Amino acid sequence: MVGTALFFLFAGFAIMCAISMVYHKNPLYSAISLVGVFIALSCIYVTLAAPFIAAVQILIYAGAIMVLVVFVIMLLNLDDDRPLNRLRYLYAIGGGLGVVLLAQTLFVFYAVLRAPNQPIDPNVSAGKTLSIGQAMYTEYLLPVEIVGVLLMMAIIGSVMLARRLAQPQLELVIEREEELRNEEE
Amino acid sequence: MEPNLASYLALSGILFTIGAVGVIFKRNAIGMFMCIELMLNAVNLTFVAFSRYYADTTGQLFVFMVMAVAACEAAVGLGIIISFFRNSQSVDVDDASLMRN
Repeated sequence: MVGTALFFLFAGFAIMCAISMVYHKNPLYSAISLVGVFIALSCIYVTLAAPFIAAVQILIYAGAIMVLVVFVIMLLNLDDDRPLNRLRYLYAIGGGLGVVLLAQTLFVFYAVLRAPNQPIDPNVSAGKTLSIGQAMYTEYLLPVEIVGVLLMMAIIGSVMLARRLAQPQLELVIEREEELRNEEE
Repeated sequence: MEPNLASYLALSGILFTIGAVGVIFKRNAIGMFMCIELMLNAVNLTFVAFSRYYADTTGQLFVFMVMAVAACEAAVGLGIIISFFRNSQSVDVDDASLMRN
């Protein structure tokens, strides 16, 4: 009974925060709503007996990624998102596509659930940090190393993107051309 | 009625759809980026729910991988947004039409 109440509380909180994120025009309000979604999902992970994933969710998503996003929003000093000045019926098309996507997703999940129902084991060790660490460094060592290479590539890529390109300054080029022209005369 | 696998999958589907519709509606590059993060989180919820109901650690391990990929995406994506803002003084995706015609 308590599990049901907790699930509907956090699920409702997550959905309301998600809708608020899409609805708000100010990017900072959207970011704060997204942090609400992350926290609600983290609570749902705790009820699913996955405390490690819940902690990592708060640390990485709410702690690292959203701080980066808020930092960029503050740095760029953005104003509100302008409304769609394209055709207004794009809203209707987008909403229709969303309904179709929702129906498709729920249908696929319904088909998945037709499989024989497994009773839930009350004392699983699947979510414990120990079992995750053991699986990570024995059976799934190669994916972990690939993720390490991917993080390295992301670091190098973001440094390359943030660097200012050493372009020759236009004024200097024009001055030099004028000097050459004067020498020819 | 205890929440079963279907309720977690339904929540995940609803969150994914909100994220996908948000990508269509938002014009702000940072807003679209946050909607993509929301979609990744919906998929993570599916992984954790299946991991719980089939008592398998692998799902939670791959949630960890998805989070690492999301962190990479945040670093590179925000770098692209900043360099785009430096060139055009805007993060509106409609202004990214340099290659048009």
